[in-house]
Amino acid sequence: MDLLLLLQQTLNGLQLGVMLFLMAAGLTLIFGIMDLINLAHGSFYMLGAYLTAWTMGLVDAFLPAIALALLITAAVGFLVEVTALRRLYGRDHLYQVLATFGLILFFNEGLKLLFGPQPIFLQPPAWLSGQVPLFGAPYPVIRLAIIAVGLASALLLWWLIGHTRLGMLIRAGADDREMVQALGVDIARLFGLIFALGAALAALAGAMAGPVLAVRIGMGEDILILAFVVIVIGGIGSIRGAFLGALLVGLVDTYGRAMLPDLLAMFLERTVADAAGASIASMAIYILMALVLAFRPRGLLPARS
Amino acid sequence: MGWRWRILLALALLSALLIPWTGDDYLVKLATRILIFALAASALDLVLGLGGLVSFGHAAFLGLGAYVVGIMFLHDFEGTGFLGLAPSQDIFVQFLLAALVAGGFALATGAVCLRTRGVAFIMITLAFAQMLFFFFVSLRRYNGEDGIALWNRSRGGWLELEDQRTFYYFVLACLVLFLVFAARLYHSRFGRVVRGSKDNDRRMRALGFPTYRYRLTAYLLSAVVTSIAGVLLANATYFVGPAYLSWHMSGQLIVMVVLGGIGTLFGPVLGAALFILLEEFLPDVLDLFAAGAGEYWMLLLGPLLVIVALFARRGLLGVLVGTGR
Amino acid sequence: MRNALSAIVAAAAVAIGSAAPTPATAQQELRIGLLTTLSGPGSGLGTDIRDGFRLGLEHLGGRLGGVPTVVIEADDARKPDVAVQKTDEMISRDGIFLMTGQVWSNLTLAMMPTLARNRVFFISPNAGPSALAGKQCNPWFFNTAWQNDNNHEATGAFVQKQGYKSVYLLAPNYPAGHDAIAGFKRYYEGEIKGEVYTPLGQLDYAAEIANLRAAAPEAVFFFYPGGMGISFIKQYAQAGLIEEIPLFGPAFSFSQDILRAVGEAAVGAYNGAQWSPDLDNELNKKFVAAFRETYGRLPSLYAAQGYDTALVIDAAVRNAGADWSDKATFRKALESVVLETTRGAFRFNVNHFPIQDFYVRRVVKLDDGTITNRVVEKIFEDHADAYVGECRMR
Repeated sequence: MDLLLLLQQTLNGLQLGVMLFLMAAGLTLIFGIMDLINLAHGSFYMLGAYLTAWTMGLVDAFLPAIALALLITAAVGFLVEVTALRRLYGRDHLYQVLATFGLILFFNEGLKLLFGPQPIFLQPPAWLSGQVPLFGAPYPVIRLAIIAVGLASALLLWWLIGHTRLGMLIRAGADDREMVQALGVDIARLFGLIFALGAALAALAGAMAGPVLAVRIGMGEDILILAFVVIVIGGIGSIRGAFLGALLVGLVDTYGRAMLPDLLAMFLERTVADAAGASIASMAIYILMALVLAFRPRGLLPARS
Repeated sequence: MGWRWRILLALALLSALLIPWTGDDYLVKLATRILIFALAASALDLVLGLGGLVSFGHAAFLGLGAYVVGIMFLHDFEGTGFLGLAPSQDIFVQFLLAALVAGGFALATGAVCLRTRGVAFIMITLAFAQMLFFFFVSLRRYNGEDGIALWNRSRGGWLELEDQRTFYYFVLACLVLFLVFAARLYHSRFGRVVRGSKDNDRRMRALGFPTYRYRLTAYLLSAVVTSIAGVLLANATYFVGPAYLSWHMSGQLIVMVVLGGIGTLFGPVLGAALFILLEEFLPDVLDLFAAGAGEYWMLLLGPLLVIVALFARRGLLGVLVGTGR
Repeated sequence: MRNALSAIVAAAAVAIGSAAPTPATAQQELRIGLLTTLSGPGSGLGTDIRDGFRLGLEHLGGRLGGVPTVVIEADDARKPDVAVQKTDEMISRDGIFLMTGQVWSNLTLAMMPTLARNRVFFISPNAGPSALAGKQCNPWFFNTAWQNDNNHEATGAFVQKQGYKSVYLLAPNYPAGHDAIAGFKRYYEGEIKGEVYTPLGQLDYAAEIANLRAAAPEAVFFFYPGGMGISFIKQYAQAGLIEEIPLFGPAFSFSQDILRAVGEAAVGAYNGAQWSPDLDNELNKKFVAAFRETYGRLPSLYAAQGYDTALVIDAAVRNAGADWSDKATFRKALESVVLETTRGAFRFNVNHFPIQDFYVRRVVKLDDGTITNRVVEKIFEDHADAYVGECRMR
């Protein structure tokens, strides 16, 4: 593999990583801060993609369409938190698994009822549809946009959690709910806000990924497992961890798929190398996670020491 | 056990025994499927309820058991040997093989998994199951994603397992045997140590118990029994495929346990029954209200699960029995 | 507690009562089981097949071969164990005479033993695994669509004919993917610059596209069904490759449901298929117009296959005559079916798979903005599958 191709693949890995970060950020926020396993995180991602496709039909402008989709999803998230999930804090994670699993079924069928069972159309707007030459090959502008949005989100979250009053409240509430309540903060509303924020982040991931991937029923489950892998590798509740974990997963997965078959072909017969390479590539991120957990059970950059 | 309980239990056992006599083949097959998942869910409860360890990879053991049957069948059908040995379609041999394979996998992975706790444990069990899933999907020799369709069931010696009734009683016997064993285990010293470890591991270790070894043993037991359920599942459906190892299957098992009641003896059985009955009849029930509505049955099942999670403190069993131990 | 107990007893009674076997009067009516994927991912294909079949039945007045027909529909949620369970249920509870509707090869293979054991015909409107065309061909299985390799073969032959000296191949790492590549290579003789198998369900193909570009083939052939295909086509176009390296695939990669989701990104690509919405025969024109009116969307090849299946069963029952419910008679009638369908002339080979023509289609954008397929040329005439030689029913 020549240097230019290697650079291209590295960029691909980083972009995949940033996209994964977008998907995982909301999840680690909710899980880390509210100690809530939210399997329906994938459903908010799906909602974001579907709503963006729908609002694009209404306003035909990408940014307002996304903004609208995020707003609606955040509202749905808030509603879900208030009606269903509020009672599950502090309870055994298993009940959260059951409840959010039920939510997945509900959202899947609900969207199917509204939009039909077939995948729907979502394309980047014209101003994001071209390519720019990068490392010797045309690079899709939409992917640059994804990288930009992902990095911006990371910065925004870092600023929000670490440098604002809201962020301080979030961190305090995660550490000691009763104390924060005793200090007069409406912890219920705070958690509702955080959940809505997490849902909005997931929706943003869906809105950005939708033009590049398939917008279909069940698309949330495709990325749910990946998102969990990312946050576990990175460390639950840690935004920095999620960022690092996402980049790692993106790179390992991309390099694995791009290079393993050729690597194996050096000492195995071509067809065997192709098959084996593909198999190992599909397992690569799980092997990575198992290795990380074996040596660092709390992840690479855990939130609290 | 109170007398009310004994009567209920006797009634349940009686109806279970009588099902094949209704003459309805479909009902017997449905009941068989429920019993098999009840066995798998009960086995999962050994680590979930007893040990407080959420294993999101139990489908791996189910699938391994099923694949033992599938691989043995395929080699026997083709007339080829497996790793130089003659394949066996005897179900008791397959039970043993499944136990060995699943036990080996549990030992190897458990050694890594059980050093972690909480979410890390959940994810690492998932990781190993996923690795196994993708491994079987890419295994061309055994049809990968297509799986193996069985043209006959395993042979049960003097038991004619092709007969639906006989097979049903065989599965029922397995479940009852395991439940008796589980009840004993729960109240035994072993069970108390594992439960104690779930509540306060540090204290148990301070008392001198090697809790890691106890948890590993529970994990091993659970894996072996789940693989037995896998052998039965392959026989019941005449099919083996990587789908049996998917994380959806692991999630389904967890849902069954939680739905029925974690850490109870009959909770997982009830949960499995409820889940499968809902899957079977909810579409038909919905069709009664509006033509074609049956297709959207999950729209109802979803909120149902949410409601159970919110209000049914100890699952369905809790609803039936009332909370408070 | 008492309430709960009585609730359980009542529920059990209902369950047992409703599960009582319904008397099957095979002579008076034809009972057909339609087990397909109606929920979850992939339900678009199942819905298409079902809608096509329903339309066909409707056009025949609700009777196939003049016999009143009852269709029992069920959803397999793409799970093999559920498929086998529902098959069982339809056989023992609903007394079906034949089964149809199934989308996927692996579920088909899972259902086959149960159907064969109970002597129920399985008329597959889609899945055509090579095993059932060859070594495991059996008297109960018929396929009215194609053998899985066929559309790939057609595309391979076209790429060869067009004179492309090198191709790059991509497919998912599962049996259908391996079969697709094998089918393509059966008719393409040029250089293969890359043969890539990606993990099933993968969504981001940036890495593969980068490698592909570096290999600089003259053409690209890929097989990615469903969501994978939509993702791949979008990304291929976004990388600016559609104009640079022509894209080829089987009909499955460019079916109407996929085109609806990818839009203009797919325009210009070629694909091999046994049917196209613009095939110039009266039956097809009627079908496309009626489907559009009834369901508000253009039919895909899956819908056409569903429709044709109804026609084929209709012809078989008619040919069999009054004695159609006798299985041997029905089988003979089915085997000897020759009729005009939406794709043109149709007949079965000795292994119960179709012998038919194949076309190459191109994805075009019509004046009204619709993205669909148009026939470019006929590439195979009276094409049989490659596995018939292994079938022992000859």
